[in-house]
Amino acid sequence: MDVEGQRPMVSWENSTLAPVDRLRCERADSPTPGLVEGTEPGAVHQSAMFVHTQSFEDLTAEAEEAQREAELDQTDECTQELKALVVGEKTIEEQHNNSDISSESRAKEEDVSSEAWRSHRKHVFVLSEAGKPIYTRYGTEEALSSTMGVMMALVSFVEAEKNIIRSIQADGCKVVFLTKSPLVLVGVSRTCQSDKELLRELQYIYYQIVSLLTLTQLNHIFQHKQNYDLRRLLAGSEYLTDNLLLRLDRDPGLLLSAVTCLPLASSARDVVSSSLQTAKAKNLVFSILLAGDRLVTLVRKKDQYLHHIDLHLVFNLVGSSSSFREGEGWTPICLPKFNTAGFFHAHISYLEPASELCLILVSTDREDFFNMSDCKQRFVERLSKRSAYQAMKEALKCPSYSVEQVGIPELRHFLYKSKSSGLYTSPEFPHLYQSDEEQERLMGLYQDLHSHLHHPTRPLRSFYRCSQTENLLAWVTSGFELYLCFSPLGTKALAVSAVNKLLKWIRKEEDRLFILSPLTY
Amino acid sequence: MGENVQTIPGGAQPHKDRTLNRQVRTLRVKMVLLGSSGVGKSSLAVRFAKNEFRDTSPTVGCAFLTQVVHVSDASLRFEIWDTAGQEKYHSVTPLYYRGAHAALLVYDISKRETFIRAQLWLKELEKHYIPGSTVIFLIGNKGDLAWDRQVSVQEGQNLAHEKGLSFIETSALSGDQVNELLLDVGKIQNILKVPLDGSRHQTEYLTVNRINAHFSLMYWISGVKK
Ligand SMILES: Nc1nc2c(ncn2[C@@H]2O[C@H](COP(=O)(O)OP(=O)(O)O)[C@@H](O)[C@H]2O)c(=O)[nH]1
Ligand SMILES: [Mg+2]
Repeated sequence: MDVEGQRPMVSWENSTLAPVDRLRCERADSPTPGLVEGTEPGAVHQSAMFVHTQSFEDLTAEAEEAQREAELDQTDECTQELKALVVGEKTIEEQHNNSDISSESRAKEEDVSSEAWRSHRKHVFVLSEAGKPIYTRYGTEEALSSTMGVMMALVSFVEAEKNIIRSIQADGCKVVFLTKSPLVLVGVSRTCQSDKELLRELQYIYYQIVSLLTLTQLNHIFQHKQNYDLRRLLAGSEYLTDNLLLRLDRDPGLLLSAVTCLPLASSARDVVSSSLQTAKAKNLVFSILLAGDRLVTLVRKKDQYLHHIDLHLVFNLVGSSSSFREGEGWTPICLPKFNTAGFFHAHISYLEPASELCLILVSTDREDFFNMSDCKQRFVERLSKRSAYQAMKEALKCPSYSVEQVGIPELRHFLYKSKSSGLYTSPEFPHLYQSDEEQERLMGLYQDLHSHLHHPTRPLRSFYRCSQTENLLAWVTSGFELYLCFSPLGTKALAVSAVNKLLKWIRKEEDRLFILSPLTY
Repeated sequence: MGENVQTIPGGAQPHKDRTLNRQVRTLRVKMVLLGSSGVGKSSLAVRFAKNEFRDTSPTVGCAFLTQVVHVSDASLRFEIWDTAGQEKYHSVTPLYYRGAHAALLVYDISKRETFIRAQLWLKELEKHYIPGSTVIFLIGNKGDLAWDRQVSVQEGQNLAHEKGLSFIETSALSGDQVNELLLDVGKIQNILKVPLDGSRHQTEYLTVNRINAHFSLMYWISGVKK
């Protein structure tokens, strides 16, 4: 066995300069390296589809970070990038040497595999500011009532500290608070996730609740009755939050703040998009065509952008209920990143009874059901006459691709996000990661890489890490984020050269893997 | 599209039935299903529209199902609004019951609180509907769970009598009394007064696999004519 593979960290000093030179050469050859936002593989040609994450108030921390990153990235020469790759590792290694985290975190990983422990790896509680329980991930109300005292104490503690205390660590257990008046969200986690990752997840839960009720209604309720039992209003919708939590553990899109597309020839996708574009109506704001959890296309009103969080909430709504298969669904939905005050009204229906293709038409008018139903009808009529419809159905048969297609033998899996389009691509999980446990473990590793790249005070631009089970490499530029998983037998040199090959491959396939020309009505 | 549109031989398109050289009327029957969540509204709706029972997941917002039944010289287009029955959606329900010919207020005979909630729903309904335009049916569903019943037939009947509603116990699971219910809904006189321009809906779901309902309605139509 490769000795290098057994060491927790590869020593950066030992790595030769060979891969650096090689990468530099290849980069020069590559069509357009696209390290800068807007030119990376998968970047949109026209105006983007989504709102930029960085433009949002509650992600200000991220915005600041982005700024810092942007500053760092200003010297965007290849050599700089590669220096960063090495410097990044050094930083991490120093950290690890100082506190010996590497061995400790391995022990934690082992723990994860024990059944009992895994099943309650992460608790999530939502309470009102008055301390009333609103949601618990595990257990019933009775179970929750037994922890009520603790929760109440925590809530008042948080309040007394004027929210300065964001997290408490005790007994290998991390408690994270998010106060979003009138709600308090508490995460209790035994995972290795950083505070920031946990807060991000709590934010999603917060938005899920807002999307069911609107913030205006929430505020209104609690202003009138501090002691209100919100479970009454959320009754029957808890499964949406449950499902969202599952997604947070498994869906790379939620981690990357991006969505992924159904691989489809751009000629076919363009026909689908333009058919959707023509089926418009006065109050129609967004038309979204999904294939399972993958975006086929999205058409939006001019100047109206959808935020990826809102889109994930829509994905979660559609994916959590089979009720839209029985007929045409019509439901109020608040898209909190768009507007926390009001409801949109979504017409949700499948194109065919047994199909994965689901159309979501978002209108501003709650009386618009029949107009939306008409839009759908027109879209379907138009599309069914075109060969693109058949092409799309064909594409549905293999909604993903295997990593073998990339042609890098030691590469097992990867996540690539194009920052400017907010879209990511990723192959299906290979055999080694077929089980839910293995997928969640790999997601955990990606999350760990992600939190290093997005560290609030010391963000890294690249990170390489070896373990007995796999070698990982992460790299962020102003244009993209890339996370790769290699066989543990590979070397860093191979990993570095793989990045270049992969970028070339994605560039070659970008027409199919991304939506390059999004449309507006 | 395509697959779910079934047509009856010789009677494919209402309004275009030239072979018989006479006008086929499309009559619209708008019904709304109301009641607490979990009582079986969606299951009843699926039973109406597809004559099937399958495990449904909780309804989000509202689901719209249609079922067109062709009978002698008329097409009946049932428009079924299946609501979620959750409290947060209360404020948006008027769209569904406005102009409805029939409001089916459903409770679960094996759960008393759903019967109590049904009475609250009734109060809510009374605020919104114009008397005479919507016929309200009180429906005790899950009749197959009679061994576990918490609401007696008598109680259902009494409430219906007191409020002037029609009453029936059904089972979406076994299909028991479901056709009878549909037959009763079809008997509502005022649906005859609202022929609908069929143009918009010509490509909609036409399913005739519900032979039973078909015959019930034939029976009804002929009954009305006499
Ligand atoms: N035993 C029995 N179960 C039923 C019947 N109708 C519905 N159910 C079950 O009751 C649950 C809730 O049904 P659903 O139609 O979703 O209720 P809704 O919330 O009112 O739409 C599901 O598990 C159904 O399978 C019935 O007639 N008999
Ligand atoms: Mg339902």
